[in-house]
Amino acid sequence: MTSLTIDHVSRWFGNVVAVNDITMTISPGVTGLLGPNGAGKSTLISMMGGFLAPSTGSVTLDGHPTWRNETIYKHLGIVPEREGMYDFLTGREFVVANAELHGLGKKAAQRALATVEMEYAQDRKISTYSKGMRQRVKMASALVHEPSVLLLDEPFNGMDPRQRMQLMELLRTMGDDGRTVLFSSHILEEVEQLASHIEVIVAGRHAASGDFRKIRRLMTDRPHRYLVRSSDDRTLAAALIADPSTAGIEVDLDEGALRIQAVDFGRFTTLLPRIAREHDIRLLTVSPSDESLESVFSYLVAA
Amino acid sequence: MYDPTVARLTYRALLGRRRALILFALPLLLIVISVAVRALSGADDQVASDLLGGFALATMVPIIGVIAGTGAIGPEIDDGSVLYLLSKPVKRPTIIVTKLTVAIAVTMAFSALPTFIAGMILNGNGQQIAVAYTIAALVSSIAYAAIFLLLGTVTRHAVVFGLVYALVWEALFGSLVSGARTLSVQQWSLAVAHKAADGGDLVTSDVGLPAAVILLIVVTAGATWYAGQKLRTLTLAGDE
Repeated sequence: MTSLTIDHVSRWFGNVVAVNDITMTISPGVTGLLGPNGAGKSTLISMMGGFLAPSTGSVTLDGHPTWRNETIYKHLGIVPEREGMYDFLTGREFVVANAELHGLGKKAAQRALATVEMEYAQDRKISTYSKGMRQRVKMASALVHEPSVLLLDEPFNGMDPRQRMQLMELLRTMGDDGRTVLFSSHILEEVEQLASHIEVIVAGRHAASGDFRKIRRLMTDRPHRYLVRSSDDRTLAAALIADPSTAGIEVDLDEGALRIQAVDFGRFTTLLPRIAREHDIRLLTVSPSDESLESVFSYLVAA
Repeated sequence: MYDPTVARLTYRALLGRRRALILFALPLLLIVISVAVRALSGADDQVASDLLGGFALATMVPIIGVIAGTGAIGPEIDDGSVLYLLSKPVKRPTIIVTKLTVAIAVTMAFSALPTFIAGMILNGNGQQIAVAYTIAALVSSIAYAAIFLLLGTVTRHAVVFGLVYALVWEALFGSLVSGARTLSVQQWSLAVAHKAADGGDLVTSDVGLPAAVILLIVVTAGATWYAGQKLRTLTLAGDE
């Protein structure tokens, strides 16, 4: 059993706080680290992998600090987001070098290449690889020593759907084997498909933690805001506010529209067209005004 | 303290990049000049000494040292690929010592060997001049490789700083301003060469031998140790 413990960890760069007092434990199984771009996911993964010192707090792997401690890499594998990777080598040479640095040989390298299904292109130079192929060779380099903890920073970026499915299957298998797998992503669907456990980070803060159903519910139950234009805004507003699914309506005279805050998403979406029909009102615009992932996340932070 | 895999990767990175062309170009230039000088003015000990001291040792060796020393680690830190070395249970000083060994070997191969050949062409090792400058090139290769390897771990602009140091400090000040010569790898190596090759009046140094040897050892060891420390605390965050 191997687990990563992050204890009251903060990290700042000058005046910018990238990670703000995060405490979490990453246990065996697949964990998704979800958050918008710039939320501090990479910074957190760098600290977990021992490539960045926490400004305060501690990151430990089974009680051993990860910073300035190269012995952790016997048990830890890292798949970085950056692309730099000895492009002048062939895929096979690259993975063999990684195996040798672990004190292993060609056999381990070959097994890792087979795991990621890159044998067919192993003798081509890495500089000729597509992004997905690079990603898989990086993956092989992190797997050569069969680590009990695997950290992946945005591993699905640049992969085509088939490669994505294949990598998900591989990570799922590793999780089922009792390994600790943590991957970051800014795409909810990716995390939802793969992770049994989700940690959400927004603006450097730990926003939510739990299984994906819980997170999903938090996300859909939040108040939704809509911008609505119709043939008769005031009548529509009066009818909507009578229903408990609507929490507030503002008549925006400048825009010539209604700004509606709905609390019961499911109910509101059926209510709006029904009321419009009953009152013979034509709906001209119905647009959600805060559907961006960022606003979903910032709601979670406030919750 | 030496890892063959790290060494292999470093050699291939050093000799496989376009920058490596300079490694071949400068020695070639030295030999071409030597052939021309010999053909035009015949064998002359003073001319041989001026050319080997003024161009080979004062300019070529430091530039080769910059290319090999910074190139042994700088590009890897720049593009993040050093992560694949650092995410292994390999001691940081081992990585640095290995890279230093490679940088020294490359610097020696591309500076001391051509210096010796040029010396033989110029005056057939008269007054031991070829041997003396070859020894100076070998000795300074060690110190330059260590200094510029450290520079490669400290700054992203290692090549620029390295060239400024090599050309402005070593070549210009080192030749013109007497005070600067005491703190010049070139002068330290000349002191060693003067003693080792019995170089007579043509190969001389402003620095005494004991001071030169001590300074060479302190600078090389100090730079190597500090580079190891820098690598231990090297911060690799994302692209931002």
